[in-house]
Amino acid sequence: MTAKARAATLILLALTLAACKREERATRLDPPVAEALDKVAVLPVGIGGRPPEVYPALGSPYRSNAYQLSQGKRLYEWFNCRGCHADGGGNTGPALLDGWWRYGPDAVSIFVSIRDGRPNGMPAFRDRLTTEQIWQLTGYIQSMGATAISVAAPSRSDRMQSRPAENRAPATFPAPR
Amino acid sequence: MPRPWLLAIGLLCTGCSSNWQSALEPQGDVARHLDGLFWLFTITAVVIWLAVMLVLLLGLWRRARLPQAVADRRAGIAVGAAVAATVVIISGLTLASYLATRPLASDAPDALVIRLRGFQWWWEATYQDEAPDRGFLTANEIHIPVGRPVRIELAAADVIHSFWVPNLAGKQDMIPGRDNAITFTAQQPGIWRGQCAEFCGLQHAHMALLVVAEPPEAFDRWREAQIAEARPPADEVEAEGQRLLEAKACSACHTVRGTTAAGTLGPDLTHLGSRQYLAAGMLPMTRGAMAAWIADPQGVKPGNNMPMVPLTADELQALSAYLVSLK
Repeated sequence: MTAKARAATLILLALTLAACKREERATRLDPPVAEALDKVAVLPVGIGGRPPEVYPALGSPYRSNAYQLSQGKRLYEWFNCRGCHADGGGNTGPALLDGWWRYGPDAVSIFVSIRDGRPNGMPAFRDRLTTEQIWQLTGYIQSMGATAISVAAPSRSDRMQSRPAENRAPATFPAPR
Repeated sequence: MPRPWLLAIGLLCTGCSSNWQSALEPQGDVARHLDGLFWLFTITAVVIWLAVMLVLLLGLWRRARLPQAVADRRAGIAVGAAVAATVVIISGLTLASYLATRPLASDAPDALVIRLRGFQWWWEATYQDEAPDRGFLTANEIHIPVGRPVRIELAAADVIHSFWVPNLAGKQDMIPGRDNAITFTAQQPGIWRGQCAEFCGLQHAHMALLVVAEPPEAFDRWREAQIAEARPPADEVEAEGQRLLEAKACSACHTVRGTTAAGTLGPDLTHLGSRQYLAAGMLPMTRGAMAAWIADPQGVKPGNNMPMVPLTADELQALSAYLVSLK
């Protein structure tokens, strides 16, 4: 084998190692971490604020991890978010993917909306979901409107799509008509 | 001198000791047909293999010194006989297979109908009745009367699962959006273990179903007990457990008939304590196991859909005491 061939083989072998990286599925959240995740510093108006310090320390998985997004998507079905917000387009509840947010588009605002509820109909899910689940839902809802380019997408829908699938959602909104 | 192969055989034999999940110990009509078919195929294949090896050895052993014409004729006869035997044997096996599997799709008009839905990773069983208030839901453990045909209507809620109780019947897939059914009759009282037989995700291997076949009177007693609402708490600890079940996230997914807990996403817990196992065959139904399961479902069964609900030690005690008391 010539030196060139040997080098090429080595490079190819090294490249195959790249296939070994799999996304991590964190199925179990340590209770102290879960407790810390509940401690969002929200502004007095109830909109906006600072996520708990442990959130960036975890690597913000609820926005960038496909497993966590899939869990959020499942909870969206299971806890009947669809009942008011439809497939994100809104019904008796406001739309979630048009870029207009009554109570803020950031993770903390969405988290607080789900956990504590909002006036005019949004119920509080504090006693129905765990902190981890609320974060999963938050991440999924943020990914729905695709306000930023996402590196991860949840699993595909079993029902007919009423909007572009998450893995091909536009990164920007269409211009308002 | 160590003998690794002896150890291997010994380890293999431990797999034979319990017979509550074995297709080779049939206890139902369908399983018996399949068992007969299995042995017919196995014995036929073994006999043919031995015959072929024998002929091959003979051919290698003795070299015939025959004129070319005679040798060709004999070879022709041998090949012709082999082809004829193959056709006859395969036709026979095909016919046997047809006859044995035909009763699998049979329909019995007086069958007990149970609707079984597969979830990741547990089973929901619905017993229907002409009177709507006599139908009920249970999970992961079904009871059936001995000697009466049972028709299991199979469905799936999320992904493809497969119903397989080897002692009683063959496999049948549970496919989302499609209704399958399997009919069988248990011929002996006993407890059989079923297992999801189609890979369905992280906890596929821990998706077990318990089938309890019992005499009709015992079955009717069990059925009446399941129709009833949950028994009220017997003491203060259990009452606190019920309060917690209703107030905490438990009630968002679970139902306990007779309380305000009416979630439909997880298994029905109305008579949870009457089941032999917890979490689809994972843990025995004891108070300790119950506490361990509630305290850390993701440690016991990673990836399952039950979240870890934060509880204090006292709350955990009360909740597990209450749930185990739900006979």
